[in-house]
This record gives sequence, structure tokens and C-alpha cells, in this order.
Amino acid sequence: MDKQLAIKASGQRFGFNRRVRTVIISIFLLGIIIGIFIAGIFIGDDAMAVDFTRKGIRPSWEYPFGTDWLGRNMLLRTVKGLSISIMVGTVASAVSAVLATIIGIAAAMGSKWMDSAIGWLIDLVMGVPHLLLLILIAFACGRGLTGLLTGIAVTHWTGLARLVRAEVLQIRSQQYITISRRLGKSTGWILLHHILPHVLPQFVVGLVLLFPHAILHESSLSFLGYGLPPEQPAIGIILAESMKYLTGGMWWLAFFPGITLVLIVILFDKLGENLKTLLDPYSAHE
Amino acid sequence: MCHDNLPLLEVDNLSVSFRMYDKAFEQRDLKVIQDLTITVNKGEILAVAGSSGSGKSLLAHAVLGLLPQNATVGGRIFYKGRPLDVENQRKLRGSEIALIPQSVTYLDPLMQVGKQARGADKSPKRLRRQREVFQRLNLTRQTEKLYPFQLSGGMARRVLFSTAIITDAELVIADEPTPGMHLDQALEALSILRELADKGKGIILITHDIDLALQFADKIAVFYAGTTVEELPVADFAKGPGALRHPYSKALWHALPQNDFMPIEGFQPYAGDLPEGCLFAPRCPLKTSECEAENPPMRKLRGGKVRCVHAS
Amino acid sequence: MKRKRLINISKAIGKYLFRVLTLLLATSVVAFVLASLSPIDPVQQYVMGAGAVSMEQREAISEYWGLNAPPTERYLNWLSAILRGDMGVSILYRQPVAYIIADRFINTFALMMTSWILSGIIGFTLGCIMGIWRGKWVDSIIKRVCLVLCSVPTFWLGLVFLLIFSVWLGWFPIGFSSPIGIADSDVSIWQRLYHLALPALTLSFISFANVAMHTRQKLVDVLESDYVLFARARGEDTWTIMKRHGFRNTLLPAITLQFASFAELFGGSVLAENVFSYPGLGSAVSAAGLNSDVPLLLGITLFSALFVFSGNFIANIIYGVVDPRIGEERPHGQAIGD
Ligand code: SF4
Repeated sequence: MDKQLAIKASGQRFGFNRRVRTVIISIFLLGIIIGIFIAGIFIGDDAMAVDFTRKGIRPSWEYPFGTDWLGRNMLLRTVKGLSISIMVGTVASAVSAVLATIIGIAAAMGSKWMDSAIGWLIDLVMGVPHLLLLILIAFACGRGLTGLLTGIAVTHWTGLARLVRAEVLQIRSQQYITISRRLGKSTGWILLHHILPHVLPQFVVGLVLLFPHAILHESSLSFLGYGLPPEQPAIGIILAESMKYLTGGMWWLAFFPGITLVLIVILFDKLGENLKTLLDPYSAHE
Repeated sequence: MCHDNLPLLEVDNLSVSFRMYDKAFEQRDLKVIQDLTITVNKGEILAVAGSSGSGKSLLAHAVLGLLPQNATVGGRIFYKGRPLDVENQRKLRGSEIALIPQSVTYLDPLMQVGKQARGADKSPKRLRRQREVFQRLNLTRQTEKLYPFQLSGGMARRVLFSTAIITDAELVIADEPTPGMHLDQALEALSILRELADKGKGIILITHDIDLALQFADKIAVFYAGTTVEELPVADFAKGPGALRHPYSKALWHALPQNDFMPIEGFQPYAGDLPEGCLFAPRCPLKTSECEAENPPMRKLRGGKVRCVHAS
Repeated sequence: MKRKRLINISKAIGKYLFRVLTLLLATSVVAFVLASLSPIDPVQQYVMGAGAVSMEQREAISEYWGLNAPPTERYLNWLSAILRGDMGVSILYRQPVAYIIADRFINTFALMMTSWILSGIIGFTLGCIMGIWRGKWVDSIIKRVCLVLCSVPTFWLGLVFLLIFSVWLGWFPIGFSSPIGIADSDVSIWQRLYHLALPALTLSFISFANVAMHTRQKLVDVLESDYVLFARARGEDTWTIMKRHGFRNTLLPAITLQFASFAELFGGSVLAENVFSYPGLGSAVSAAGLNSDVPLLLGITLFSALFVFSGNFIANIIYGVVDPRIGEERPHGQAIGD
């Protein structure tokens, strides 16, 4: 009997640790992201400062990421670029996630006709290669931030919408909903009190997991020249500019901005996974 | 027929527990089988009987060494007097010890069943043997070419059944082989097991159908809440409650339709929520404070074995 | 029974074809609307781009785009032209769009197929390795690599490869699929392959992670299934199990997934082609957008959508024809000798 109790107790301790650790890691990850974002805001014009006396400097203690052919500090430019990426990613994935939730709920709650129409719409969005659709939308909106945000928001909702739809369908079939309905509660009331609270975790996790895609597409589009205007040091633009100088051996122009972008994407991914574990512990032990 | 006095298989105080995680990241061990003791001799069918959900299938998996990684096994298993360790299990699986699994999910959904019945052995001899067995089990020649999803429940059972008969295994563990078969098919299937036993093989028949077990088995191990409470010659069961040793066996006897058809009161406890002491205590009419001290050990009594303080 | 299955499958194919048609039509509407939303006037653009434009040319374009007509009519005009095979003339390249697409698609197709096959093979193999040794160090290392690769932008990986293989090692040229100054027909197959290598490598690296992770998941499901448990109970070792059950049950989903991934492949090729100045559809489409070459942009969009839908279509057919369970109802046991 003692043994069993001991196992139980240690089990609890183990669980406690793990949960707290996940929370701490999540806060830490979020802290890094917010830190970079704020740092980017404060950098301002320094990232653009041209200084020909220090052009083409290799990575060193003074300039950890080196300087470019105009003598601009690559570390500052990179941080600024990441900050822009985080901002664009946040807005775009927030819009996309809201869109996804609304559409997902509509598909599940609406008529059969609505459901199949939405299924068709999803197929349509998935049918055109994302990048092409993004180019088209950026083209329609006349490039720049608006086109970028619209494009990413419009193309990224499909996966999450499907998840939300499945979730709502499952909740809808549960007994207490039927009872509520019999008690004369309106669809709106049920939506607000039963459906939305259940969909919320999906929404949060989906939102965070949309970030990496949004950021990757943002940088790709900027790289191709459709995103932010060239005077903004977005990572995609920094990398596109660097192409001309790579043959000259200035590898750091491409290497550091890219690798930090990858790190940011991984950070977001980890954050999303952690949130998922916190909100849905079952998925943690596959 | 075989006068080797070593039992074919001896399972001694087997316990199986699983490491589980539940909602709040809690980790704990779930004991599903404990103190399970059975003996199978050559030429003998031992029926392991008990209600469904009592972890009987895990016995089969434990003997074959097929438990998942999060399982911990305790106790000892001997095959022909030698300890059945991981190495031996690997060697003997499929050749000396065969399993008849319990449902169609044990067939690969994308492979024709004839090929599955033959197993990895591609020799013409195997093919001939498979056709013989199929015929014996009333499976037509076309059945070979069907996929599992095309089989009816009874056909699937017979295909599963065939897999063990095709081999020359000395020990066959049949895990609920009959549900879904028509009565005559089930009888035919079990008489094949009987025949195998009469040729000197040992059979473990895991079942919840005591009636069928009574007709074909030599011994019955009564299984309750993850343990065996009594091992007895089948004749005792026919003789009636007086010949039985354990209160649960007696209750089972009374529950049979041809007897009193009187259900046992209460519920079998779930793994993870087992009572202290004798596992049957909460439902036992003969319970005393002694019973709740510890799970009584298996002891010999009147040519059988019983796990009860008060049995006489 | 066989016949019935055939009918069922063709019914499903017919249904799917109809869906593809409506989707293609919708794509054309969306693309057209988006293109006309843009503040750029195609005729103006054409006139601006060219040095001297004759009156007739001007007329021809005006007519093609049906300027001054209401939007619906313009769309219908354009659609009927497309259906007749007239995709207009590219402003940027001064050639019929159909000709450019045909010409460049060969390059893009070579690029996509090479990386498609490469990523399929690498991904499936790694997925199997991870699945077999799940939970072991090999698994966690490969898994990590895959997850990191999922976070790498295609174009940056291309730049890194460019740095390593072209700039440092000097193994590969820095751009252009064929050496400049040599007529297209004189380019040998070796030279083509030589220029194809880096973009193809980039694309395969970007896409194998997905296949690998899916294969791993599927294989883990298979290896933990009852039928594999039973196979082990019958004494089959891991390799026999893989041969008899593993590949059989994972290959089909993996191939289907590969066919369904044409959209991402196309997106990736746009980036890879731009990094390596590879003359395919991808570099053409981004140039078309940047230079407001509306006919080319629309043409390639429609073409790529057709390409993606064909991929999905093939994926569906493979599933239907190869998997014996599809298109067949479960017969009553009584019917077959029960
Ligand atoms: S040990 Fe006690 S409680 Fe258990 S079966 Fe025997 S009499 Fe009943």
C-alpha cells in the first residue's frame, strides 16, 4: 500500500514539474519574441545609417553580423527586419485565425449547402499554389504592406478552418447542446456559451502555429519583390539585396539574417507546441 | 500420449502493469494482471474463463513477449521447464507457440488472406497445407484471394484460426476464437483444437463462454480481476457447486442459464481501483476480516488449486 | 464484383472531374478579378514597355482585353479566347503566352520532377528509418532535422547552397540554366543537368521533411497495429514485417501525399528558380507580376492551377485503383460461401 501511495505522490510531483516547466518555457519564448519586436521598434533609423568608412566588414566583436556594401550595421538591420516580420506575422495570422474560426463555425453550424460551399472554397484556395495567389493579391493591391497582409490572411485560414469545423461538429452532437436547444436557447446563445469556449483553445494554438507560415510567406514575398518597399529592411529584402554581393564573398549578408529568421520561426513553432501541450495534455504523450 | 512429466507451460505469479499518463500529466502504474498462475500440460486444453474486460488477452501477449513498451512484467514463465525469456520468446514465437488472435483487426487490411494465413513461409508445402486447412474450415478456394474487409465475421475468425493450425506449434494460445462464428462452426473449430490436443499439443483457450469451454477443455482456470482464482478439472464444474472450490466459481456456476441463471451481484473491480486483500472480497458472501489482509496465495485443494482463505 | 467496383470508381472520378472543372472556372474568375483590380492598364503597359507600337498592334490588344466593355463581358471575352487557346501576348517577352509557358514548362517540369522524386525517396526512406527506430536517437535526430527544415525559407536554403556549392566550392555556376551565348539546341543534356542540380537539391530539401514526418506517423500506426502484433506473434522479424506489412501500408499514403503536394512544389520552384535564375515558369511568373505583364501572370496562374488539380486528381485515382477497399461495398458474408 505504501508503495502505491509513493508512486501516486511522485506521479503528482512529476506532473506538477512538467506543467510548470512548460509554462516557464512558454513565457521565456514569448519574452524573446517580444524582446526582439521591441528592440526593432527602438532601432529606428540606425538600421539605415550608411557609413562608407566601414563597408563590407566581416563579422567581428564590434559588428557581430558584419556590415554591408554601404557600411550598414547588419545586426541592427537584422533585428529590425525580424521585428517587422514579427509584426506582419502577428497581424496576418490574427486576421487569418479569426477568419478561419468564423468560417469553420459557419461550416459546422450552417446548412449542408453552406458546408459544401465552404469545402469547395477551401479546395479553391488550396488549388492555386499559395505563392502564386499571394503574388496575384499583392499585384491586385498594388504591392506593399496592404497586399502582403491581405494575401497572407486570405491564404492561410484553410487548415485551421477545417480543424474548427471538426471540433464544432463534435461539440454540436453532444447531449448538453441538444438539451440547451430543447430548452429553447437560441443558436446565438449556444454559440456564445457552449461552442466558442470550446473552440478557444484551438483558436489560440492555431493562431500561434500560423505564425511560422505567415512569416515564411512574408519573407518569401518580400524576397521576390512583392512585399514591403525596398527601403524597409525586411529579412526578405535584405536577403534579396545580398544576392548581388555573395559572389564577392560577403556570405554574412545572407547567412545571419536567414539563420535568425529560421530561429524565430522555430521559436514560434515551439511556443505553439507548448501551448498545445498545456491546453490539451493528451497530445503530449504520443 | 506424452508421458513427459514436465508441464508444457507454467505461468507462476505473473503480473503485468502499465505505466499510464492521465490528464494532469500524472504518471502511475496500472496493474492489470497480478498473481496469475496456470499450468498447461501436453495433450491438454486449459480454458482460461472469465468475464470480458478482465485482462485475459494480456496473458497471451505476456507469454509471447508482445506487450507494449510501457508494460512491466513480473513473475516467471517456464516453457518445457526452461525459463521463457525474451530470447526464447523470440525463437519460439510462431514456430513452437502459436496465437489465434481475437479479431479481424489482426489481419493486414491490404493483404489477401491466403497469403496471410501462410505467413512468411513461401514454400509449396506451406501452400498445400494452407489449402488443406482452409478446406477443413469450410473456406472455399476463392477465399484465399479476398481481402479482410471482404470477409464476414465468421470467415475472418476461421482465417485467423487457420493461421495457428497451419504451423506445427506445440502450444496454441487461442484468444476468444469463437465469437461471431455460427454454433456449428464454433463446434468444428473447437473440435479441431481438441484434435490437436489429442495429438499431444497443449492448448490455452481464452474464453468468456464457459459452456463451450466445458465441452472441450480438460481444465478450467477461472479468471477474475486480473488473477486466477481457481484451477480445476472440468469434471468438477459438471458436478456442481459442491465440487467447486472458490466462491466466485460457485457464483459463476449459478449464473449459467442451464443452472439457476442467477447473475452475480456487484461489479468486477477495474484495474487501478482494486480492493485490498482478496480481489473478490467486496462481492463475496463468505468474506471475513482475514480475507482483506492480503490476496490469498494459490493453494492445492482436492486435485485443483484455489486462491481463497476459506475454501475447503 | 469487379465490374461493380469499376462503375463505382468511375462514378467517383466523374464527380471529381466535375469539381475540378468548377474549381478551374472559379480560379479563372478570381485571377481575372484580381488582375483587373490592379491599377495597371494592360494596353498602357504594353505601349509603355515597347519602343514603337503600331496602330494595329494597339487595336489587337484593345480587342483582346475588350476594353470599354463591362467587366462580365470582358471576362467572358477573355475566357473564350483562352478556351480557343489564345492566351494573349506577353508584354515582357513579346511572345505569345502559350509559347512561353510551353517553353518554360519543360524546364520547370524537369526541376519539379527531379526534386519530387528525390524528396519522395529521401522522405520515405527517412520516414521508415524513424518509424522503425521510433523513440531511439536516430528517430529524434532525424525528427529534429525535419522540423528545422520545415522552418527554413526555400530561398534562404537556396542562397546557402549557392554560397557553399557555387561560391566556396565552385562546383556549380551561379545562374542560368543554359550557358549564355549558346543556342538552346546546342546545350547538352549534361549542361542542363549541371544547372538543374542546385535548384533541384534546394527544392527536395524543402519538401522531403513533410513526406518523412507523414511516413513516420503512418508507419508508427502500422507497427503498433494489431496485425503487426500478430505478425510478431508468428515469429516475423522487423525486416520481414516491413516487407510484408510496413511498405504495403505506408507507400500508398506517401505517394498520394506526394501527388497532393504539387501546390507547395510549385510555390517552392518559384523561389528556387528566382534564386538560381533558372528559366522556368516560376521566374517568369514573378517577373510577370513585377512588370505588370497581366497576360503572362494570368496564363501561368491558370496553368499552375491545372497542374495542381491534376496532381490531386492523380492522387485520388491512385488511391481508388490501388487500394482494394475503395469502391467496393462490404459484401454480405452469406454471399461468398458462408
Ligand atoms: S478469500 Fe475470503 S473474500 Fe476471498 S473468496 Fe475466499 S472467502 Fe471470499
